[in-house]
Amino acid sequence: MIALLKKYEGLWLFVHSPAAIVAAMVAVLIFLGAVFAPWVALVNPYDLSSFSLFDGLLPPAWQDGSNPKYLLGTDDQGRDMISSILYGARLSLVIGLSALTIAAILGVGLGLAAGYYGGRFDAVVMRIADVQLALPAILTALLIDGIARGILPAAIQQDLRVAVLTLAIALSLWVNFARTARASTFVQMNKEYVQAAIMMGQRPTRVMFVHILPNILGPLLVILTVDLASAILLEATLSFLGIGLPADSPSLGTLIRIGMQFLLSGEWWILWIPTLFLVALVVSINILGDFLRDIFNPRLR
Amino acid sequence: MVYFILKRMVQSVFVMLAVAFLAFSLFRFVGDPITQMTGVETSVADQERLREELGLNDPFVSQFMRFTGDMLKGDFGFSYRTRQPVADMIADRIPATLELGVVALIISLVVGVPAGVYTALKPRGVLTQTILMTTLVGVSIPTFVIGIMLIFIFGVQLGWLPTFGRGGTVQIGSWESSLFTIDGWRALLLPAITLGVYQLTLTMRLVRAEMMEVMRSDYIRFAMARGVPMGRLHYKHALANTMVPVITIIGLQFGGVIAFSIVTESVFQWPGMGLLFLESIRFVDIPVMGVYLVVIAFFFVLVNLVVDLLYVAIDPRLRISDVS
Repeated sequence: MIALLKKYEGLWLFVHSPAAIVAAMVAVLIFLGAVFAPWVALVNPYDLSSFSLFDGLLPPAWQDGSNPKYLLGTDDQGRDMISSILYGARLSLVIGLSALTIAAILGVGLGLAAGYYGGRFDAVVMRIADVQLALPAILTALLIDGIARGILPAAIQQDLRVAVLTLAIALSLWVNFARTARASTFVQMNKEYVQAAIMMGQRPTRVMFVHILPNILGPLLVILTVDLASAILLEATLSFLGIGLPADSPSLGTLIRIGMQFLLSGEWWILWIPTLFLVALVVSINILGDFLRDIFNPRLR
Repeated sequence: MVYFILKRMVQSVFVMLAVAFLAFSLFRFVGDPITQMTGVETSVADQERLREELGLNDPFVSQFMRFTGDMLKGDFGFSYRTRQPVADMIADRIPATLELGVVALIISLVVGVPAGVYTALKPRGVLTQTILMTTLVGVSIPTFVIGIMLIFIFGVQLGWLPTFGRGGTVQIGSWESSLFTIDGWRALLLPAITLGVYQLTLTMRLVRAEMMEVMRSDYIRFAMARGVPMGRLHYKHALANTMVPVITIIGLQFGGVIAFSIVTESVFQWPGMGLLFLESIRFVDIPVMGVYLVVIAFFFVLVNLVVDLLYVAIDPRLRISDVS
């Protein structure tokens, strides 16, 4: 009942928060565009035959010398900017979401277990988390990437770039989930319903996932949104540094890195339009995250 | 007090050992050092002799002990890529990164603390709302985009500031500094702002939250009632009490600043440690990667020790309670 009320209250607050509505609209729009990219996009940036060099470096539709077919212009290869961005956002979101899923499963699992068992297991997990926290996420991700380059044979490295990148991001983000899950589990452990479930002789995994987990979802949901933004930023940063994805399958970060080459020439759209997309996506996810935090933490209202 | 500092020092040694172990494992298990060091034409027998000479057949623990011992003596081994001693390569790059990091930190404090105080004291003001909205956007913009924007505005459009490199430097002993020439400062400005923006927003939010908390407390209300002048109240009574958490976070963040300088250095082609680290990842130059880790960890541990000592200077209560 309380959960239901909270839900409706949240909805009520949502309708009355213009920033949250705009943010949600932007995020959903980009998300849908990314999901349906193969059907929406004019050309397939991975398929060399679908675009032509003759259409290269066309400005956006509102500038002189543009081709109305390409609303936001084309890059030096003649690729439609919108198509590149949609495919890029698709890749960014796939990597961000899968990294986040791995991080959440790993972090929540370890956090729940640490809070449930306490003692030595808790101490070990939390010390690892401390060390990990001391290393900034970007450094962890770069290190994992570097190690993968050293271990994997050169032949399969290109094929595994996406997997390595995802894993590197996941392993640098799990700590937030673990710490939040552990702290919330500690609070729940003292509640009577958990004590009753334990006393009835239910298996630890059942107590953790069926009884405790649903009651700590709120704060975890907040972490999930905030970390989605972090995951996307991290992927963009790594790709921008040239450590992430190869140039033939560009994510948003790669597109910005390619656009950097046009910083000094007049073709501003090749750099700034993907940048604008990335910032819009991350800003709206962050605004939604802030909004969710306010809902789940009424004290801050 | 002495006990507290000693305890922290012992902890720091253990952290350093853990990082050294990580670096050593990297070196030992990621790729084979022998194949990295020798060419294709080296015979298997020669490779084996080298392996024996370098002690790579010794037990793991004694290898690690020797590795740590060498590090303490300042011997960090040789780069796979350039064949130069890693110690020299890193030492050449440290001044650039440290100057960048420290200036970025100072910028973030000089702007962040007053902004935090202001937004806490006038929570409903228009300026406050503007600042808060700007910081939310600021946090969401990736560091490299901020760098590109600054380059575009001040470097390309206005043409005021250089967009890459360190500008004019002055050699002071082995320390190559860009802080003593106008040219150096001009080159430093954009990267330092880029690196400082994230810290700035963090500092501001933190100071604001702490100030709002403190302003509600009884002793502030009492001081207000007694008629303590507002300026004195805000800065002496309130701000001083927010400093402990602020210094903790800033201390913890300094490691982050140094690490994030990887991105900034890449955007501005700033010849610091971060750029070296990026190159070493690209070429799988494991010794450089490992040493970079150890150096970063060393700064991190050092800063945290200093922060612990600062506590004592700032919070008089800590000076008495060292019974435990």
